[in-house]
Amino acid sequence: MIEVKDLTKKYGNFTAVRDVSFEVEKGEILGFLGPNAAGKTTTMRVLTCFMPATAGTARVAGFDTFSQSLDVRRRVGYLPENVPLYLDMRVRPYLDFIARIKDIPSRERKKAVSRVIELTALEEVENRIVGHCSKGFRQRVGLAQALIHDPEVLILDEPTNGLDPKQINEVREVIKSLAGDHTIILSSHILPEVSKTCERVVIIDQGRIVAGDTPANLDARLRGSQSISAQIRGPVKEVMGLLKKKEGIVDVKTRSSLGDGLWQYDIDVEPGQDLRPSVASSVVENSWDLVELTTVGMSLEEIFLELTTQEEEVA
Amino acid sequence: MQGLLAIWSRELRAYFISPIFYALSTVFIFIVSFMFFTQLQYYTQYFMQAAQYPTMMERININEMIMRPLFNTMSFVAVLTLMPMLTMRVFSEEKKSGTIELLLTSPVRDWHVILGKFLAAFTLYTAMIGLTMIYPLVLQVYGDPDWGPIWAGYLGLLLLGGGVITIGLFASSLTENQIVAAVICFGAALILWMLDVAAESMTGTLGEVVGYLSVLRHYNTFEKGVVDSTDCLFFLSFIFLGLFITVRSVESTRWRG
Repeated sequence: MIEVKDLTKKYGNFTAVRDVSFEVEKGEILGFLGPNAAGKTTTMRVLTCFMPATAGTARVAGFDTFSQSLDVRRRVGYLPENVPLYLDMRVRPYLDFIARIKDIPSRERKKAVSRVIELTALEEVENRIVGHCSKGFRQRVGLAQALIHDPEVLILDEPTNGLDPKQINEVREVIKSLAGDHTIILSSHILPEVSKTCERVVIIDQGRIVAGDTPANLDARLRGSQSISAQIRGPVKEVMGLLKKKEGIVDVKTRSSLGDGLWQYDIDVEPGQDLRPSVASSVVENSWDLVELTTVGMSLEEIFLELTTQEEEVA
Repeated sequence: MQGLLAIWSRELRAYFISPIFYALSTVFIFIVSFMFFTQLQYYTQYFMQAAQYPTMMERININEMIMRPLFNTMSFVAVLTLMPMLTMRVFSEEKKSGTIELLLTSPVRDWHVILGKFLAAFTLYTAMIGLTMIYPLVLQVYGDPDWGPIWAGYLGLLLLGGGVITIGLFASSLTENQIVAAVICFGAALILWMLDVAAESMTGTLGEVVGYLSVLRHYNTFEKGVVDSTDCLFFLSFIFLGLFITVRSVESTRWRG
Protein backbone atom coordinates (compact mmCIF):
# COMPACT_ATOMS: atom_id res chain seq x y z
CA MET A 1 0.00 0.00 0.00
CA ILE A 2 2.85 2.33 0.82
CA GLU A 3 6.26 1.97 -0.79
CA VAL A 4 9.08 4.28 0.08
CA LYS A 5 12.33 3.88 -1.82
CA ASP A 6 15.64 5.61 -1.06
CA LEU A 7 13.84 8.68 0.16
CA THR A 8 16.06 11.66 0.92
CA LYS A 9 14.95 15.08 2.00
CA LYS A 10 17.28 18.01 2.50
CA TYR A 11 16.53 21.41 3.94
CA GLY A 12 19.35 23.48 2.54
CA ASN A 13 22.49 21.74 3.76
CA PHE A 14 20.69 19.84 6.47
CA THR A 15 19.66 16.32 5.58
CA ALA A 16 16.50 15.49 7.48
CA VAL A 17 15.90 12.07 5.93
CA ARG A 18 18.58 9.94 4.33
CA ASP A 19 17.93 6.98 2.01
CA VAL A 20 14.91 5.73 3.85
CA SER A 21 13.13 2.71 2.38
CA PHE A 22 10.23 0.75 3.79
CA GLU A 23 6.94 -0.78 2.80
CA VAL A 24 3.62 -1.07 4.49
CA GLU A 25 1.11 -3.75 3.57
CA LYS A 26 -2.60 -3.12 3.25
CA GLY A 27 -4.37 -3.13 6.59
CA GLU A 28 -1.18 -2.97 8.59
CA ILE A 29 -0.39 -0.54 11.41
CA LEU A 30 3.18 0.66 11.23
CA GLY A 31 4.77 2.48 14.12
CA PHE A 32 7.32 5.10 13.36
CA LEU A 33 9.56 5.46 16.30
CA GLY A 34 12.34 7.90 16.92
CA PRO A 35 13.56 10.69 19.12
CA ASN A 36 12.46 14.22 18.33
CA ALA A 37 13.94 15.62 15.12
CA ALA A 38 14.70 12.14 13.78
CA GLY A 39 12.91 12.73 10.49
CA LYS A 40 9.52 11.23 11.28
CA THR A 41 7.50 14.29 10.45
CA THR A 42 9.50 14.96 7.29
CA THR A 43 8.88 11.45 6.01
CA MET A 44 5.19 11.81 6.74
CA ARG A 45 5.05 15.16 5.00
CA VAL A 46 6.50 13.60 1.88
CA LEU A 47 3.97 10.77 2.04
CA THR A 48 1.07 13.19 2.39
CA CYS A 49 2.30 15.33 -0.52
CA PHE A 50 2.91 18.35 1.66
CA MET A 51 6.43 18.53 0.33
CA PRO A 52 8.32 16.75 -2.43
CA ALA A 53 11.36 14.60 -1.70
CA THR A 54 14.84 15.71 -2.69
CA ALA A 55 15.60 12.24 -4.02
CA GLY A 56 13.92 8.85 -4.09
CA THR A 57 10.29 7.96 -4.56
CA ALA A 58 7.26 7.38 -2.41
CA ARG A 59 4.15 5.65 -3.67
CA VAL A 60 0.88 5.53 -1.78
CA ALA A 61 -1.92 3.24 -2.94
CA GLY A 62 -0.08 2.82 -6.23
CA PHE A 63 0.23 6.54 -6.96
CA ASP A 64 3.39 8.57 -6.93
CA THR A 65 3.34 11.30 -4.30
CA PHE A 66 4.99 13.78 -6.64
CA SER A 67 3.54 13.22 -10.10
CA GLN A 68 0.10 11.96 -9.03
CA SER A 69 -0.22 14.08 -5.96
CA LEU A 70 -3.97 14.75 -6.16
CA ASP A 71 -4.76 11.04 -6.44
CA VAL A 72 -2.63 10.36 -3.38
CA ARG A 73 -4.18 13.21 -1.41
CA ARG A 74 -7.67 11.88 -2.12
CA ARG A 75 -6.71 8.55 -0.52
CA VAL A 76 -4.77 9.77 2.49
CA GLY A 77 -6.03 11.08 5.79
CA TYR A 78 -3.42 13.07 7.62
CA LEU A 79 -3.23 14.28 11.18
CA PRO A 80 -0.22 16.58 11.45
CA GLU A 81 1.64 17.05 14.70
CA ASN A 82 0.13 20.52 15.15
CA VAL A 83 -3.54 19.71 14.75
CA PRO A 84 -4.69 21.96 11.89
CA LEU A 85 -7.77 23.58 13.38
CA TYR A 86 -9.55 26.82 12.63
CA LEU A 87 -10.05 27.83 16.22
CA ASP A 88 -12.83 30.30 15.48
CA MET A 89 -15.11 27.73 13.83
CA ARG A 90 -17.56 25.37 15.48
CA VAL A 91 -16.80 21.66 15.35
CA ARG A 92 -19.53 20.63 12.92
CA PRO A 93 -19.03 23.44 10.40
CA TYR A 94 -15.29 22.82 10.60
CA LEU A 95 -15.78 19.17 9.69
CA ASP A 96 -18.21 20.19 6.97
CA PHE A 97 -15.55 22.47 5.50
CA ILE A 98 -13.06 19.60 5.56
CA ALA A 99 -15.59 17.35 3.86
CA ARG A 100 -15.93 19.94 1.10
CA ILE A 101 -12.22 20.35 0.45
CA LYS A 102 -11.82 16.58 0.54
CA ASP A 103 -14.15 16.37 -2.42
CA ILE A 104 -17.04 14.58 -0.74
CA PRO A 105 -20.16 15.09 -2.87
CA SER A 106 -22.69 17.42 -1.25
CA ARG A 107 -25.31 14.66 -0.88
CA GLU A 108 -23.04 12.53 1.29
CA ARG A 109 -21.44 15.33 3.24
CA LYS A 110 -23.84 15.42 6.15
CA LYS A 111 -23.65 11.66 6.57
CA ALA A 112 -19.85 11.70 6.45
CA VAL A 113 -19.66 14.39 9.12
CA SER A 114 -22.09 12.53 11.39
CA ARG A 115 -20.17 9.32 10.88
CA VAL A 116 -16.84 10.73 12.08
CA ILE A 117 -18.48 12.60 14.94
CA GLU A 118 -19.84 9.30 16.15
CA LEU A 119 -16.61 7.43 15.47
CA THR A 120 -14.48 9.84 17.48
CA ALA A 121 -17.18 10.44 20.11
CA LEU A 122 -17.51 14.16 19.53
CA GLU A 123 -21.27 14.39 20.00
CA GLU A 124 -21.07 16.49 23.14
CA VAL A 125 -18.93 19.20 21.55
CA GLU A 126 -20.24 19.25 17.99
CA ASN A 127 -21.69 22.74 18.41
CA ARG A 128 -18.85 24.14 20.44
CA ILE A 129 -16.24 26.54 19.05
CA VAL A 130 -13.09 24.55 18.36
CA GLY A 131 -10.94 27.04 20.27
CA HIS A 132 -13.04 26.42 23.39
CA CYS A 133 -12.54 22.65 23.31
CA SER A 134 -10.09 20.88 25.57
CA LYS A 135 -6.85 19.46 24.22
CA GLY A 136 -8.32 15.96 24.16
CA PHE A 137 -11.32 17.02 22.11
CA ARG A 138 -9.15 19.03 19.75
CA GLN A 139 -7.01 15.99 19.11
CA ARG A 140 -10.15 14.00 18.37
CA VAL A 141 -11.44 16.70 16.04
CA GLY A 142 -8.09 16.38 14.28
CA LEU A 143 -8.57 12.64 14.02
CA ALA A 144 -12.13 13.13 12.73
CA GLN A 145 -10.75 15.51 10.12
CA ALA A 146 -8.31 12.86 8.91
CA LEU A 147 -11.03 10.21 8.74
CA ILE A 148 -13.80 12.14 7.11
CA HIS A 149 -13.31 10.89 3.55
CA ASP A 150 -12.80 7.32 4.75
CA PRO A 151 -9.25 7.19 3.38
CA GLU A 152 -7.42 3.99 2.56
CA VAL A 153 -4.30 5.28 4.22
CA LEU A 154 -4.06 7.12 7.51
CA ILE A 155 -0.97 9.01 8.51
CA LEU A 156 -0.96 10.17 12.10
CA ASP A 157 1.86 12.25 13.47
CA GLU A 158 2.05 11.79 17.23
CA PRO A 159 -1.71 11.26 17.60
CA THR A 160 -1.61 11.02 21.40
CA ASN A 161 0.77 13.90 21.98
CA GLY A 162 -0.16 15.92 25.05
CA LEU A 163 -3.18 13.90 26.08
CA ASP A 164 -3.86 12.51 29.54
CA PRO A 165 -3.70 8.74 30.07
CA LYS A 166 -7.45 8.28 29.77
CA GLN A 167 -7.59 10.24 26.52
CA ILE A 168 -4.55 8.36 25.21
CA ASN A 169 -6.41 5.13 25.75
CA GLU A 170 -9.48 6.44 23.96
CA VAL A 171 -7.52 7.61 20.95
CA ARG A 172 -5.63 4.32 20.90
CA GLU A 173 -8.90 2.41 20.87
CA VAL A 174 -10.15 4.47 17.92
CA ILE A 175 -6.95 3.79 16.01
CA LYS A 176 -7.05 0.09 16.73
CA SER A 177 -10.66 -0.12 15.61
CA LEU A 178 -9.62 1.34 12.26
CA ALA A 179 -6.97 -1.29 11.53
CA GLY A 180 -7.85 -3.84 8.92
CA ASP A 181 -9.79 -1.57 6.60
CA HIS A 182 -7.18 1.15 6.76
CA THR A 183 -3.45 1.14 6.39
CA ILE A 184 -2.03 3.23 9.18
CA ILE A 185 1.31 4.83 9.87
CA LEU A 186 1.64 6.49 13.22
CA SER A 187 4.66 8.15 14.69
CA SER A 188 5.63 8.56 18.27
CA HIS A 189 8.57 9.08 20.52
CA ILE A 190 6.72 7.32 23.30
CA LEU A 191 7.38 3.61 23.18
CA PRO A 192 4.50 1.89 24.91
CA GLU A 193 2.36 3.77 22.44
CA VAL A 194 3.91 1.97 19.54
CA SER A 195 4.28 -1.44 21.11
CA LYS A 196 0.64 -1.40 22.13
CA THR A 197 -0.95 -0.29 18.88
CA CYS A 198 1.41 -1.32 16.10
CA GLU A 199 2.07 -4.59 14.39
CA ARG A 200 5.38 -3.46 13.04
CA VAL A 201 7.86 -0.86 14.19
CA VAL A 202 10.39 1.15 12.24
CA ILE A 203 12.95 2.90 14.38
CA ILE A 204 14.37 6.00 12.78
CA ASP A 205 17.18 8.15 14.05
CA GLN A 206 18.99 11.09 12.50
CA GLY A 207 17.16 10.57 9.25
CA ARG A 208 18.05 6.89 8.91
CA ILE A 209 16.19 3.69 9.63
CA VAL A 210 18.10 1.83 12.31
CA ALA A 211 15.75 -1.11 12.78
CA GLY A 212 12.45 -2.38 11.49
CA ASP A 213 10.49 -5.41 12.71
CA THR A 214 7.61 -6.50 14.88
CA PRO A 215 7.88 -5.43 18.52
CA ALA A 216 8.36 -9.09 19.52
CA ASN A 217 11.13 -9.75 17.00
CA LEU A 218 12.94 -6.58 17.87
CA ASP A 219 12.82 -7.75 21.41
CA ALA A 220 14.26 -11.17 20.53
CA ARG A 221 16.93 -9.75 18.26
CA LEU A 222 18.33 -7.66 20.99
CA ARG A 223 18.41 -10.33 23.66
CA GLY A 224 22.18 -9.94 23.43
CA SER A 225 22.30 -7.90 26.54
CA GLN A 226 19.92 -9.96 28.58
CA SER A 227 20.24 -9.78 32.31
CA ILE A 228 19.07 -11.50 35.46
CA SER A 229 17.65 -9.76 38.43
CA ALA A 230 18.11 -11.50 41.77
CA GLN A 231 17.35 -10.79 45.41
CA ILE A 232 19.82 -12.54 47.66
CA ARG A 233 20.29 -12.32 51.41
CA GLY A 234 23.96 -12.73 52.27
CA PRO A 235 27.29 -10.88 52.60
CA VAL A 236 27.49 -8.57 49.61
CA LYS A 237 31.19 -8.90 48.89
CA GLU A 238 31.17 -12.67 48.93
CA VAL A 239 28.04 -12.89 46.82
CA MET A 240 29.49 -10.55 44.24
CA GLY A 241 32.83 -12.39 44.23
CA LEU A 242 31.19 -15.72 43.72
CA LEU A 243 28.86 -14.58 40.97
CA LYS A 244 31.54 -12.73 39.08
CA LYS A 245 33.69 -15.85 38.95
CA LYS A 246 30.92 -17.89 37.34
CA GLU A 247 31.26 -18.69 33.68
CA GLY A 248 28.90 -16.81 31.40
CA ILE A 249 28.41 -13.89 33.73
CA VAL A 250 29.68 -10.59 32.38
CA ASP A 251 29.03 -8.23 35.21
CA VAL A 252 27.31 -8.04 38.58
CA LYS A 253 26.04 -4.92 40.23
CA THR A 254 24.05 -4.27 43.36
CA ARG A 255 21.09 -2.12 42.64
CA SER A 256 19.70 -1.46 46.10
CA SER A 257 19.58 -2.74 49.64
CA LEU A 258 16.19 -4.06 50.65
CA GLY A 259 17.11 -4.12 54.34
CA ASP A 260 17.95 -6.96 56.69
CA GLY A 261 20.94 -8.03 54.56
CA LEU A 262 18.77 -8.50 51.51
CA TRP A 263 20.18 -7.00 48.30
CA GLN A 264 18.92 -6.62 44.80
CA TYR A 265 21.51 -7.62 42.16
CA ASP A 266 21.61 -6.99 38.45
CA ILE A 267 23.52 -9.74 36.70
CA ASP A 268 24.47 -9.28 33.04
CA VAL A 269 24.92 -12.57 31.29
CA GLU A 270 26.23 -13.67 27.91
CA PRO A 271 23.48 -14.19 25.38
CA GLY A 272 21.89 -17.51 24.61
CA GLN A 273 22.16 -19.25 27.96
CA ASP A 274 19.90 -19.48 30.92
CA LEU A 275 22.10 -19.14 33.97
CA ARG A 276 19.31 -19.04 36.51
CA PRO A 277 19.68 -22.68 37.75
CA SER A 278 23.39 -22.34 38.20
CA VAL A 279 23.04 -19.06 40.07
CA ALA A 280 20.36 -20.60 42.26
CA SER A 281 22.44 -23.66 43.16
CA SER A 282 25.54 -21.66 44.07
CA VAL A 283 23.50 -19.37 46.31
CA VAL A 284 21.92 -22.32 48.04
CA GLU A 285 25.28 -24.13 48.42
CA ASN A 286 26.53 -21.17 50.43
CA SER A 287 23.35 -21.27 52.47
CA TRP A 288 22.34 -17.75 51.57
CA ASP A 289 18.69 -16.95 50.98
CA LEU A 290 17.47 -16.66 47.43
CA VAL A 291 14.34 -14.56 47.49
CA GLU A 292 13.78 -13.80 43.82
CA LEU A 293 15.34 -14.73 40.51
CA THR A 294 14.06 -13.51 37.14
CA THR A 295 15.37 -12.79 33.68
CA VAL A 296 14.91 -9.30 32.43
CA GLY A 297 14.26 -8.96 28.71
CA MET A 298 15.04 -5.61 27.19
CA SER A 299 11.96 -3.52 26.92
CA LEU A 300 11.27 -1.73 23.70
CA GLU A 301 12.31 1.36 25.54
CA GLU A 302 15.79 0.01 26.15
CA ILE A 303 16.11 -1.27 22.62
CA PHE A 304 15.23 2.16 21.41
CA LEU A 305 17.80 3.84 23.58
CA GLU A 306 20.39 1.27 22.64
CA LEU A 307 19.85 1.77 18.93
CA THR A 308 19.60 5.50 18.95
CA THR A 309 22.60 6.08 21.20
CA GLN A 310 24.76 3.66 19.22
CA GLU A 311 23.98 5.65 16.14
CA GLU A 312 25.14 8.78 17.87
CA GLU A 313 28.49 7.22 18.68
CA VAL A 314 29.05 6.30 15.04
CA ALA A 315 28.40 9.87 14.03
CA MET B 1 -14.23 23.47 -8.05
CA GLN B 2 -15.99 22.42 -4.87
CA GLY B 3 -12.72 22.99 -3.04
CA LEU B 4 -12.41 26.49 -4.43
CA LEU B 5 -15.93 27.38 -3.30
CA ALA B 6 -15.35 25.83 0.11
CA ILE B 7 -12.24 27.93 0.61
CA TRP B 8 -14.01 31.04 -0.62
CA SER B 9 -16.89 30.64 1.82
CA ARG B 10 -14.67 29.72 4.75
CA GLU B 11 -12.50 32.77 4.14
CA LEU B 12 -15.53 35.04 4.01
CA ARG B 13 -16.75 33.55 7.26
CA ALA B 14 -13.37 34.12 8.85
CA TYR B 15 -13.48 37.78 7.78
CA PHE B 16 -16.90 38.25 9.29
CA ILE B 17 -15.97 36.54 12.53
CA SER B 18 -12.84 38.59 13.08
CA PRO B 19 -13.16 42.22 14.15
CA ILE B 20 -10.64 43.39 11.54
CA PHE B 21 -13.21 43.72 8.77
CA TYR B 22 -15.65 45.67 10.91
CA ALA B 23 -12.95 48.05 12.08
CA LEU B 24 -11.64 48.57 8.55
CA SER B 25 -15.00 49.18 6.92
CA THR B 26 -16.06 51.57 9.69
CA VAL B 27 -12.91 53.64 9.30
CA PHE B 28 -13.28 53.53 5.55
CA ILE B 29 -16.90 54.70 5.52
CA PHE B 30 -16.12 57.37 8.08
CA ILE B 31 -13.31 58.85 6.00
CA VAL B 32 -15.22 58.68 2.74
CA SER B 33 -18.27 60.29 4.35
CA PHE B 34 -16.13 63.08 5.68
CA MET B 35 -14.71 63.64 2.20
CA PHE B 36 -18.16 63.58 0.64
CA PHE B 37 -19.43 66.10 3.13
CA THR B 38 -16.52 68.50 2.50
CA GLN B 39 -16.88 68.23 -1.25
CA LEU B 40 -20.62 68.81 -1.03
CA GLN B 41 -20.00 71.88 1.08
CA TYR B 42 -17.50 73.19 -1.43
CA TYR B 43 -19.89 72.47 -4.27
CA THR B 44 -22.81 74.36 -2.71
CA GLN B 45 -20.60 77.37 -1.98
CA TYR B 46 -19.33 77.38 -5.52
CA PHE B 47 -22.88 77.04 -6.78
CA MET B 48 -24.00 80.10 -4.79
CA GLN B 49 -21.20 82.20 -6.26
CA ALA B 50 -21.74 80.84 -9.74
CA ALA B 51 -25.39 81.80 -9.61
CA GLN B 52 -24.28 85.41 -10.09
CA TYR B 53 -21.89 84.73 -12.98
CA PRO B 54 -23.30 82.79 -15.93
CA THR B 55 -19.79 81.88 -17.23
CA MET B 56 -18.98 80.12 -13.97
CA MET B 57 -22.27 78.31 -14.16
CA GLU B 58 -21.19 76.55 -17.35
CA ARG B 59 -18.22 75.00 -15.62
CA ILE B 60 -20.27 73.45 -12.88
CA ASN B 61 -20.20 69.69 -13.03
CA ILE B 62 -21.39 67.50 -10.19
CA ASN B 63 -19.29 64.56 -11.34
CA GLU B 64 -16.09 66.52 -11.58
CA MET B 65 -16.57 68.40 -8.36
CA ILE B 66 -17.86 65.70 -6.05
CA MET B 67 -17.47 62.20 -7.44
CA ARG B 68 -13.98 62.56 -8.81
CA PRO B 69 -12.37 63.73 -5.57
CA LEU B 70 -14.36 61.03 -3.83
CA PHE B 71 -12.92 58.32 -6.07
CA ASN B 72 -9.51 59.74 -5.42
CA THR B 73 -9.96 59.46 -1.68
CA MET B 74 -11.43 55.99 -1.93
CA SER B 75 -8.53 54.70 -4.00
CA PHE B 76 -6.06 56.11 -1.54
CA VAL B 77 -7.82 55.12 1.68
CA ALA B 78 -9.40 51.84 0.71
CA VAL B 79 -6.80 50.44 -1.58
CA LEU B 80 -3.50 51.77 -0.41
CA THR B 81 -3.91 51.87 3.34
CA LEU B 82 -6.70 49.44 4.21
CA MET B 83 -6.13 46.56 1.78
CA PRO B 84 -2.81 45.50 3.36
CA MET B 85 -4.61 45.14 6.67
CA LEU B 86 -7.37 43.10 5.11
CA THR B 87 -5.08 40.67 3.31
CA MET B 88 -2.25 40.36 5.83
CA ARG B 89 -3.77 37.36 7.60
CA VAL B 90 -4.71 35.33 4.54
CA PHE B 91 -1.69 33.03 4.46
CA SER B 92 0.26 34.19 7.51
CA GLU B 93 -2.43 32.98 9.87
CA GLU B 94 -2.64 29.59 8.18
CA LYS B 95 1.12 29.25 8.33
CA LYS B 96 1.24 30.12 11.98
CA SER B 97 -1.60 27.85 13.07
CA GLY B 98 -0.47 24.96 10.86
CA THR B 99 -3.70 24.81 8.86
CA ILE B 100 -1.65 25.44 5.73
CA GLU B 101 -0.61 21.80 6.07
CA LEU B 102 -4.26 20.85 5.92
CA LEU B 103 -4.95 22.89 2.79
CA LEU B 104 -1.86 21.73 0.96
CA THR B 105 -2.49 18.06 1.66
CA SER B 106 -6.15 18.18 0.64
CA PRO B 107 -7.15 17.19 -2.86
CA VAL B 108 -7.41 20.85 -3.90
CA ARG B 109 -5.04 22.36 -6.42
CA ASP B 110 -2.77 25.11 -5.14
CA TRP B 111 -4.19 27.70 -7.52
CA HIS B 112 -7.73 26.83 -6.43
CA VAL B 113 -6.71 27.59 -2.86
CA ILE B 114 -5.22 30.91 -3.91
CA LEU B 115 -8.05 31.86 -6.22
CA GLY B 116 -10.57 31.02 -3.48
CA LYS B 117 -8.77 33.29 -1.06
CA PHE B 118 -8.44 36.03 -3.66
CA LEU B 119 -12.14 35.91 -4.48
CA ALA B 120 -13.06 36.06 -0.80
CA ALA B 121 -10.98 39.18 -0.23
CA PHE B 122 -12.30 40.64 -3.47
CA THR B 123 -15.90 39.95 -2.48
CA LEU B 124 -15.35 41.76 0.77
CA TYR B 125 -13.65 44.65 -0.95
CA THR B 126 -16.56 44.91 -3.39
CA ALA B 127 -18.97 45.01 -0.47
CA MET B 128 -16.93 47.76 1.17
CA ILE B 129 -16.87 49.78 -2.04
CA GLY B 130 -20.54 49.00 -2.60
CA LEU B 131 -21.43 50.76 0.64
CA THR B 132 -20.24 54.03 -0.88
CA MET B 133 -22.90 53.79 -3.60
CA ILE B 134 -25.01 55.70 -1.16
CA TYR B 135 -23.26 58.96 -2.14
CA PRO B 136 -24.05 58.97 -5.86
CA LEU B 137 -27.57 57.90 -4.87
CA VAL B 138 -27.86 60.94 -2.62
CA LEU B 139 -26.63 63.08 -5.49
CA GLN B 140 -29.21 61.46 -7.75
CA VAL B 141 -31.99 62.46 -5.38
CA TYR B 142 -30.97 66.13 -5.18
CA GLY B 143 -29.17 66.65 -8.45
CA ASP B 144 -28.47 65.18 -11.80
CA PRO B 145 -25.15 63.35 -11.88
CA ASP B 146 -23.94 61.59 -15.02
CA TRP B 147 -23.90 57.87 -14.23
CA GLY B 148 -21.49 56.86 -16.98
CA PRO B 149 -18.37 58.27 -15.31
CA ILE B 150 -19.56 56.97 -11.96
CA TRP B 151 -19.74 53.39 -13.20
CA ALA B 152 -16.37 53.85 -14.88
CA GLY B 153 -14.93 55.09 -11.58
CA TYR B 154 -16.26 52.07 -9.72
CA LEU B 155 -14.91 49.72 -12.35
CA GLY B 156 -11.50 51.33 -11.99
CA LEU B 157 -11.69 51.06 -8.23
CA LEU B 158 -12.51 47.35 -8.44
CA LEU B 159 -9.67 46.63 -10.83
CA LEU B 160 -7.21 48.62 -8.78
CA GLY B 161 -8.33 46.92 -5.57
CA GLY B 162 -8.06 43.50 -7.19
CA GLY B 163 -4.48 44.25 -8.12
CA VAL B 164 -3.49 45.36 -4.66
CA ILE B 165 -5.21 42.32 -3.12
CA THR B 166 -2.93 40.07 -5.14
CA ILE B 167 0.08 41.97 -3.78
CA GLY B 168 -1.33 41.43 -0.31
CA LEU B 169 -1.79 37.70 -0.92
CA PHE B 170 1.76 37.43 -2.17
CA ALA B 171 3.15 39.34 0.81
CA SER B 172 1.15 37.16 3.18
CA SER B 173 2.43 33.98 1.57
CA LEU B 174 6.00 35.04 2.32
CA THR B 175 5.81 35.19 6.08
CA GLU B 176 3.94 33.92 9.10
CA ASN B 177 4.04 37.35 10.67
CA GLN B 178 0.94 39.35 9.78
CA ILE B 179 2.49 42.73 10.49
CA VAL B 180 5.42 42.00 8.20
CA ALA B 181 2.96 40.93 5.49
CA ALA B 182 1.02 44.19 5.87
CA VAL B 183 4.19 46.28 5.72
CA ILE B 184 5.46 44.52 2.59
CA CYS B 185 2.10 44.96 0.87
CA PHE B 186 1.83 48.61 1.84
CA GLY B 187 5.38 49.32 0.73
CA ALA B 188 4.94 47.60 -2.62
CA ALA B 189 1.65 49.38 -3.29
CA LEU B 190 3.11 52.73 -2.33
CA ILE B 191 5.99 52.27 -4.75
CA LEU B 192 3.54 51.50 -7.54
CA TRP B 193 1.73 54.73 -6.63
CA MET B 194 4.94 56.75 -6.62
CA LEU B 195 5.95 55.55 -10.07
CA ASP B 196 3.70 58.28 -11.37
CA VAL B 197 5.86 60.99 -9.83
CA ALA B 198 9.02 59.20 -10.89
CA ALA B 199 7.81 58.96 -14.48
CA GLU B 200 7.35 62.71 -14.68
CA SER B 201 10.98 63.40 -13.91
CA MET B 202 12.23 60.81 -16.39
CA THR B 203 12.56 61.38 -20.07
CA GLY B 204 12.63 59.23 -23.16
CA THR B 205 11.84 55.55 -23.28
CA LEU B 206 12.50 55.02 -19.60
CA GLY B 207 9.98 57.66 -18.68
CA GLU B 208 7.45 56.08 -20.99
CA VAL B 209 7.97 52.60 -19.55
CA VAL B 210 7.80 53.77 -15.95
CA GLY B 211 4.80 55.89 -16.81
CA TYR B 212 3.05 52.88 -18.29
CA LEU B 213 3.71 50.92 -15.10
CA SER B 214 2.29 53.69 -12.95
CA VAL B 215 -0.87 52.36 -11.37
CA LEU B 216 -2.19 55.82 -10.70
CA ARG B 217 -1.97 56.92 -14.30
CA HIS B 218 -4.13 54.00 -15.43
CA TYR B 219 -6.55 54.51 -12.61
CA ASN B 220 -6.92 58.22 -13.37
CA THR B 221 -8.43 57.43 -16.76
CA PHE B 222 -11.26 55.56 -15.03
CA GLU B 223 -11.68 58.41 -12.59
CA LYS B 224 -12.18 60.76 -15.52
CA GLY B 225 -14.93 58.48 -16.70
CA VAL B 226 -13.05 56.88 -19.57
CA VAL B 227 -13.01 53.09 -19.89
CA ASP B 228 -10.01 52.37 -22.07
CA SER B 229 -9.20 48.78 -23.00
CA THR B 230 -5.49 49.52 -22.45
CA ASP B 231 -6.13 50.33 -18.81
CA CYS B 232 -8.45 47.38 -18.32
CA LEU B 233 -5.83 45.11 -19.79
CA PHE B 234 -3.16 46.65 -17.59
CA PHE B 235 -5.09 45.89 -14.42
CA LEU B 236 -6.18 42.44 -15.55
CA SER B 237 -2.59 41.45 -16.29
CA PHE B 238 -1.56 43.01 -12.98
CA ILE B 239 -4.07 40.77 -11.16
CA PHE B 240 -3.02 37.74 -13.16
CA LEU B 241 0.66 38.34 -12.46
CA GLY B 242 -0.03 38.86 -8.77
CA LEU B 243 -1.94 35.57 -8.54
CA PHE B 244 0.75 33.80 -10.51
CA ILE B 245 3.60 34.84 -8.24
CA THR B 246 1.48 33.94 -5.21
CA VAL B 247 0.97 30.42 -6.59
CA ARG B 248 4.71 30.18 -7.15
CA SER B 249 5.44 31.44 -3.68
CA VAL B 250 3.11 28.88 -2.09
CA GLU B 251 4.70 26.15 -4.18
CA SER B 252 8.11 27.21 -3.00
CA THR B 253 6.92 26.90 0.61
CA ARG B 254 6.45 23.23 -0.15
CA TRP B 255 10.01 22.85 -1.36
CA ARG B 256 11.48 24.74 1.52
CA GLY B 257 9.24 23.01 4.05
